Amino acid sequence: MTDLQSRPTPAPATDDPGTAHVVRRKRPKRMVRRTARHVVMILASIVMIYPLLWMVVSSLRPNDEIFRNPGLFPISFDFSNYARGWESLAQPFSHYLINSTLLVVGCVIGNLVACSLTAYAFARLKFWGRNIAFAIMLMTLMLPIHVVIVPQYIMFSQTGWVNTMLPLILPKFLATDAFFVFLMVQFIRGIPRELDEAARIDGCGHFRIFFQVILPLMLPALATTTIFTFMWMWNDFFGSLIYLTTPDNFTVPLALKSFLDTQGSSDWGAMFAMSVVSLIPLFLVFLFGQRFLIKGFATTGIK
Amino acid sequence: MSAVGELTQLAKSRKKGGPKEKHPDNKSALVFMAPWLLGFFGITLIPMIASFALAFTDYSLLAPPEFTGLSNIKEMIGDSRLHNSLVVTFLYVFVGTPLQLIMALLLAVLLNQGLKGLSFYRSVFYLPSLLGGSVAIAILWRQMFGANGLINQVGAMLGFENLPGWVSNPDTALGTIILLHVWTFGSPMIIFLAGLRQIPEMYYEAAAVDGASKLARFFRITIPLLTPIIFFNVVLQVINAFQSFTQAFVVSGGTGGPSDSTMFYTLYLYIKGFTQFDMGYASAMAWLLLIIVGIFTAINFFVSKFWVFYDD
Repeated sequence: MTDLQSRPTPAPATDDPGTAHVVRRKRPKRMVRRTARHVVMILASIVMIYPLLWMVVSSLRPNDEIFRNPGLFPISFDFSNYARGWESLAQPFSHYLINSTLLVVGCVIGNLVACSLTAYAFARLKFWGRNIAFAIMLMTLMLPIHVVIVPQYIMFSQTGWVNTMLPLILPKFLATDAFFVFLMVQFIRGIPRELDEAARIDGCGHFRIFFQVILPLMLPALATTTIFTFMWMWNDFFGSLIYLTTPDNFTVPLALKSFLDTQGSSDWGAMFAMSVVSLIPLFLVFLFGQRFLIKGFATTGIK
Repeated sequence: MSAVGELTQLAKSRKKGGPKEKHPDNKSALVFMAPWLLGFFGITLIPMIASFALAFTDYSLLAPPEFTGLSNIKEMIGDSRLHNSLVVTFLYVFVGTPLQLIMALLLAVLLNQGLKGLSFYRSVFYLPSLLGGSVAIAILWRQMFGANGLINQVGAMLGFENLPGWVSNPDTALGTIILLHVWTFGSPMIIFLAGLRQIPEMYYEAAAVDGASKLARFFRITIPLLTPIIFFNVVLQVINAFQSFTQAFVVSGGTGGPSDSTMFYTLYLYIKGFTQFDMGYASAMAWLLLIIVGIFTAINFFVSKFWVFYDD
């Protein structure tokens, strides 16, 4: 309160020509500040994106030039790195792309089905122990995978599933990605209850409400889940490293890693070429799914 | 509300007065919850218990587990590679995470100033977060910080000759991985941005009328109102950072080298469990990790009482 009174009166208020002067001076100052801000942002953007651009450019350069040229120009488009990289592993690179695609599709379907069912129960059903189950579900979100990975591995090795994609896909059908359950619960809570109550009065059971009312309205949440599952599983390294043992079953990250093993640091061009290939699907998903990615991220903090 | 917020809310609202609630949907719930229940018991809880039991055994998949009591724990106490891996991981978590979060907050605040081209900048800053966990980026990093890498090429142009190979020098290798971590500040930045959007403009207007400087407004309004979001980011990023693996694995070629300077805890666990097949030891290590992460999360929650400000 005293602040208002003790605040010094601005000096220019006393002489009239001064105020006009201030107004005139303010505009260029703001322009300068705005420009400065953009300059900072653009510089920061360049720093952030430079490594990526440089990798793309390097994938089109002969090896000796990669070690001499930190710049992005001049580019003589030379696709030989791509041809060499594509063929230099046990299988052509397309084989690994197909493996990764199969893995991702399986995981996406699993997450969509299992997480949406679970989320509906948490958001809409009244059942015994719901709050405790929900708290447990949220806590599994923070559980390091290492605590369960050894017994899981033993389990899957006993069922003979090691060196197949089942140990990576099956858990998704059992709603183990708590992030998506949480994301969907949040989303369903935002859908007006009047809608399901109306369906209820019309004689619908929970299954019809789920399939015919909630699920169609959940499309944005399902899209977010699809995109994140895609990105995570496309990048999944730890799980694949543990479960996939023969090159025939390798996914893209494992193929890139075996590149590093076989080529050491001799053929960066080919390695970068295949790295770029491996990032293209992610980049495309990012481009088209950005809206969902950012929303999903902001509400739950999933990575 | 965020997952962390939700948990605190659930913990607060334990006691619910009034008549006992009925559970009319028990039967349908069983069907809807079946996948999760199977997953929770089959893929999470039972393996957790098994992992706890295995921590007291010697097991290599070839013969049945052999109970050895506390010998794994004794071995861990004397295992200097394990101690080193803890130091490496702590350094990574407690240097990398604050740096990453400060970058995230700074750029979120800058982005929130009604700048034109916001969505462009946001995308550019967010992209590394999405790609950063991939093997491709780790390979890029390995080249960038190699002896003939991009960084040294730029260094040579600026007149620094004979720079070392950063990833092959034990003093700098970890630093390069921390830098990669900081580079992926886009994900917490998005959360900060969402939080900044929720601060009512009128607070700033009122403060401006009172003559508060920009800096004062930032520290007196923005930061206090953002504390729940900061807290959320700290909790999540610390938990995530403790589990980092891919970058260390690829940059060091799976060895944690040079001279164990990038031997992250999870990498050592992987080596013990899945290349040396010492599954009992790996389980004991996993439990130590859980305890450490648990302690830091608990500390975070406890300390949060003193600095997190809930506006409700």
